[in-house]
Amino acid sequence: MAKSLYEKVWDAHAVRQLPNGATQLLIGTHLIHEVTSPQAFGMLRDRGLTVKYPQRTFATVDHIVPTDEAQEPYSDPLADAMIKALRQNCKDFGVTFFDTDTGKQGVVHIVGPEQGITQPGMTIACGDSHTSTHGAFGAIAFGIGTSQVRDVLATQTMAMSKLKVRRINVDGALRKGVRAKDVILHIIMKLGVNGGTGYAYEYAGSVFDAMTMEERMTVCNMSIEGGARCGYVNPDETTFNYLKGRPYCPKGAAWDEAVEKWRGYASDPDCQYDDVVNINAADIEPTVTWGVTPGQAIPISANIPMIADLPEDQKGTAVEALEYMQFNEGESMKGKKIDVVFVGSCTNGRFSDLEEAAGYLKGRKVANGVKAICVPGSQVVSMIAEQKGLHKIFMEAGFEWRGAGCSMCLAMNPDKLVGDQLCASTSNRNFKGRQGSITGRTVLMSPLMAVAAAVTGEISDAREVFGL
Amino acid sequence: MSLPAIKQVTGKGVYIPGDDIDTDRIIPARFMKCVTFDGLGEFMFYDVRHDPQGNKRKHNLNDPRFAEASIIISGNNFGCGSSREHAPQAIAKAGFKAVIAEGYAEIFFGNSTQLGIPCVAVSAADRAKLAAAVEADPSVEITVDVDKLEVRFGGQSVPCTMREANRDALLSGRWDPISDLIAGAEEVAAVAAKLTYMQ
Ligand code: SF4
Repeated sequence: MAKSLYEKVWDAHAVRQLPNGATQLLIGTHLIHEVTSPQAFGMLRDRGLTVKYPQRTFATVDHIVPTDEAQEPYSDPLADAMIKALRQNCKDFGVTFFDTDTGKQGVVHIVGPEQGITQPGMTIACGDSHTSTHGAFGAIAFGIGTSQVRDVLATQTMAMSKLKVRRINVDGALRKGVRAKDVILHIIMKLGVNGGTGYAYEYAGSVFDAMTMEERMTVCNMSIEGGARCGYVNPDETTFNYLKGRPYCPKGAAWDEAVEKWRGYASDPDCQYDDVVNINAADIEPTVTWGVTPGQAIPISANIPMIADLPEDQKGTAVEALEYMQFNEGESMKGKKIDVVFVGSCTNGRFSDLEEAAGYLKGRKVANGVKAICVPGSQVVSMIAEQKGLHKIFMEAGFEWRGAGCSMCLAMNPDKLVGDQLCASTSNRNFKGRQGSITGRTVLMSPLMAVAAAVTGEISDAREVFGL
Repeated sequence: MSLPAIKQVTGKGVYIPGDDIDTDRIIPARFMKCVTFDGLGEFMFYDVRHDPQGNKRKHNLNDPRFAEASIIISGNNFGCGSSREHAPQAIAKAGFKAVIAEGYAEIFFGNSTQLGIPCVAVSAADRAKLAAAVEADPSVEITVDVDKLEVRFGGQSVPCTMREANRDALLSGRWDPISDLIAGAEEVAAVAAKLTYMQ
């Protein structure tokens, strides 16, 4: 019978039905970080359990690392305690740790792919909702809670119910200035922030076929913002070319075998989906958020919706969002003065994101009064960017160039908004208070749009600013 | 380890209005700089309850009338965003035993079940009825009946839903699956042996 990738990977990893009706699912690759793992290790110790497959568990530190301070002890004692706890746990339980002195540390969802740990046909879990990122490789990858981190550490399995699969086809050619970030913001805008509840998203069609791996990661990363616990793209030559030669990938004859196997995981052409959505690529514009959920978004040429025009069930949250954001219904987002620009995160902190941003920054300056920071997603990204001189371009333009980490994506390190600052951000969440100030305001956008905002000092249409 | 079956939860309710209440709101990230879950209860909904200066805002969660509440009533897509178990942990540590909302984000729902906190879904109209009932009389007793899939309060009864596997897990006292997962070790090894990358 024809099957989707989701079904094939699920079937290959389903161990048995548990007495409560859920499936015991084998987790091939387990990624951990400092925020959601210490309590899980604590639970193992309490019960006298060990890590069952330590060779399939990989750790790094990202959320709490200060990006402007390399030396330990960190000035924040809580952060310092967290990195030390992870280091100790990895040592005690025999887990590989991409520590800050390895040259491989970074945001967990950037580290896995760049080390070649993330591969097609795997099940991948991590105590972090943006684990959906790894689906770009044709893996079933999803975020879990800390009790499940404990389950996976102790048994390499967890209890799970099978999801339905929605295929999202985006066909046609993307317009000028439209990036992967705009594609996923558009999808969430159309299907809603909870439209994906109960589904895995399969992204398909000519637009995803043509995307690079880094672009596919940007899309899959934000599946969770659309309510889908995981999202994936079927593996193809682009996937294999990206992985070839990476440290944790098979070599020689084993590589050829692996590629054959990986190819076989792709959805069969005649398989059945629980739902299919078709989107015309030409309908997508550079997209920005105006509210406090990633679904409260508009094409940059449109205006913030009028409350009266919204569906009944969206009115309440829209009123609340506008009040928080200090915007009015019917206004354009263009021209809103920004205070901060953040280029980074597991959505858009990879080399190609930085390269594009630098390309448009070259010879330009960050507008007066705007604080702009560029945070490479990993030490590897940072090293490659510095080899190519990108850091100089950023700094000459007036950006701060930082060390690798989650930084201003969330409020667990010193990089935070202050008061009600408005931030043009390449991250993935514009929730109230997300960027560290309880009145701070976030506008999500692509790196290209963030650079346009940086040089003009206001939310802008990058196509107009750069004459695209 | 045997766990109690959770067939129903009875208590007083508090209404937290709004849809898409994300886990950053339930427990702001700055309070997650910890290596245990202890003490999270006091930071539950901290920025909803306090203004930037730390003064208490006017909110049901600060209202002494709802001080005894142990059941949260809220809108749609409750618990969206981050996978942090710190959110249901904070809810549990603040003394809440069940959630009634129009719908839930997947990860939050699963995390809560695994902690033995039933999260049932009701229609928008029934959510409104419940909210009105507790606002009118905070002492009204609410029963979340996981077995019969209904919510009873002040002489009324409304239907609710819950994903079957999670409901079974609560009803059978198997909401924390660790013992069952450990028991499957041999079968796990057999499946792992078939996957080249696991070797
Ligand atoms: S960059 Fe942001 S979204 Fe990604 S893992 Fe870090 S905190 Fe989470």
